[in-house]
Amino acid sequence: MIDTLQNEDSDNANGPVIEVEDLVMYYGNRKILKNVSMEVRNGEIMVIMGGSGSGKSTLLRQLMVLERPHSGSIKILDQDVGSMSARELFDLRKKLGVAFQGGALFSSMSVGENIMLPLHEHTELDPATMQIMARMKLEMVNLAGFEDLKPSELSGGMIKRAAVARAIVMDPRILYMDEPSAGLDPVVSSSLDDLILLLRDAMGMTIVVVTHELESTFKIADRVTVLDQGEILFIGTVDELKSHPSERIQSLLNRRADDEMLDPDAYLKRLTGEDVNGDATL
Amino acid sequence: MPSPQISGSISKSFDQLGRSVVNLIEELGHGGVLLWECLYWFFVGPRLGQPVRLRLIVSQMMEIGVSALPIVVIMAATIGVMQAIQGIYALGLFGAESRVGIGINLATVREFGPLITAILVAGRSGSALAARIGTMTINQEIDALNVMGINPVRYLVAPALLAMLIMVPALSLISMYIGMCAAGLYVQADLGISLAAYTKEAIDILSLDDLMHGLGKSVIFAVLIALIGVINGASVTGGAEGVGRVTTRSVVQSIAAIVFTDMVFAFIVTRI
Repeated sequence: MIDTLQNEDSDNANGPVIEVEDLVMYYGNRKILKNVSMEVRNGEIMVIMGGSGSGKSTLLRQLMVLERPHSGSIKILDQDVGSMSARELFDLRKKLGVAFQGGALFSSMSVGENIMLPLHEHTELDPATMQIMARMKLEMVNLAGFEDLKPSELSGGMIKRAAVARAIVMDPRILYMDEPSAGLDPVVSSSLDDLILLLRDAMGMTIVVVTHELESTFKIADRVTVLDQGEILFIGTVDELKSHPSERIQSLLNRRADDEMLDPDAYLKRLTGEDVNGDATL
Repeated sequence: MPSPQISGSISKSFDQLGRSVVNLIEELGHGGVLLWECLYWFFVGPRLGQPVRLRLIVSQMMEIGVSALPIVVIMAATIGVMQAIQGIYALGLFGAESRVGIGINLATVREFGPLITAILVAGRSGSALAARIGTMTINQEIDALNVMGINPVRYLVAPALLAMLIMVPALSLISMYIGMCAAGLYVQADLGISLAAYTKEAIDILSLDDLMHGLGKSVIFAVLIALIGVINGASVTGGAEGVGRVTTRSVVQSIAAIVFTDMVFAFIVTRI
């Protein structure tokens, strides 16, 4: 049986489904996430944004439970992922859907087979019912009739849509999307934004989107988390973000680089390998 | 007193040696864990409702075994004939060329059949396994399996390992038979010894122990090829170039491991 859980926790309709507390993550000696705390509420679209190297992809991998934090805690659907058994994690994963940046469709399978894979592995449905469900999801993402094609025969936008169809085939409670608009033209990107809004409105999903596309963020986000160098700079609505007084946030919104980057002397020093005292380091 | 340059170079060499040893131990440990996980999924998976799918095992068996059959047959026949040529020449020095069948049959069943088959499978299917897992790692397909609650070891590694365990001994058996037949045909043509006499000599000289010796090592080769392919594929970094690198590394390591294990196996078994 497929878990259709949108209406669970109806008494806690806007309560948090993801709670992150003092999350710290290292890669080698480099601290990527520095005491990150945030929450994602039921049924909202939370956009996590930030520049390159800000730690947003690392945070997403933590939320997808692909990695375990070095310290701090993550609660997903009221379960602490740090103390979860393999069986509990297996059950939790059935309630999560992920659309990866490059789609991550299995190239040896057709689009339809890709979408039916979670059904094959987690349900006892007969093949005809699985095919109907796969077609329903493909229709939802405007890919009806493409189930027999291989991923290599699809365009970039179609791959992302097929990845979304696979991610939602088990009707997950939480959908993660990594850079859904990256590499797409504005028209395709906008239609993907519409799809994200549709998934929230029609299926009541909680959606976490990692992106650096401002237009997309402004269009779809209920709330926005801004990460900068592994720290949370801001959490709030789009309106609050736009009117936030912080110069750093306004720089990000206006796509301005750091002041240091614009300083020609500092730039020249970096190129020549001199440190601030004027000593050559090369 | 050694100069600072020499001392630096010695310490660098020791450093590299130490790192290589640590890497080797790490990979051996990784291989052990993978093998254990595969056994876990074979025996415990069905009770958890997560069996190793027969469809995937059959698909891997087709790829590893059936598709490899033509090249295994050609190579086995070629090596059989080559052994016959060399055997007749060498024994001819002592005027004993009529006894060539003994050497050919023992060598084919105990050594060349399993060895050549394993080397061919390592080059063909071990490298394909490394490339497949490497590409899947880079394309986040392994992550996708994980987040879908599909254990990659159960879905990718266990079927490949089981298919190897069935198909490498099966191919070895075919390789032994073809090798002996091809050698027999050459011996008949060259020395005029009839195929019936050659076959009778083979039946007289070969024992079940010889066959088990050949098949036993082919089982070990199967495990080595599968695990080395998977470990290399999973360790990929750096895009398409990285996939090429781990594929090559997988073939080299598999063949080295096969030859080394063959020697150790032969040494131990002949002394028991």
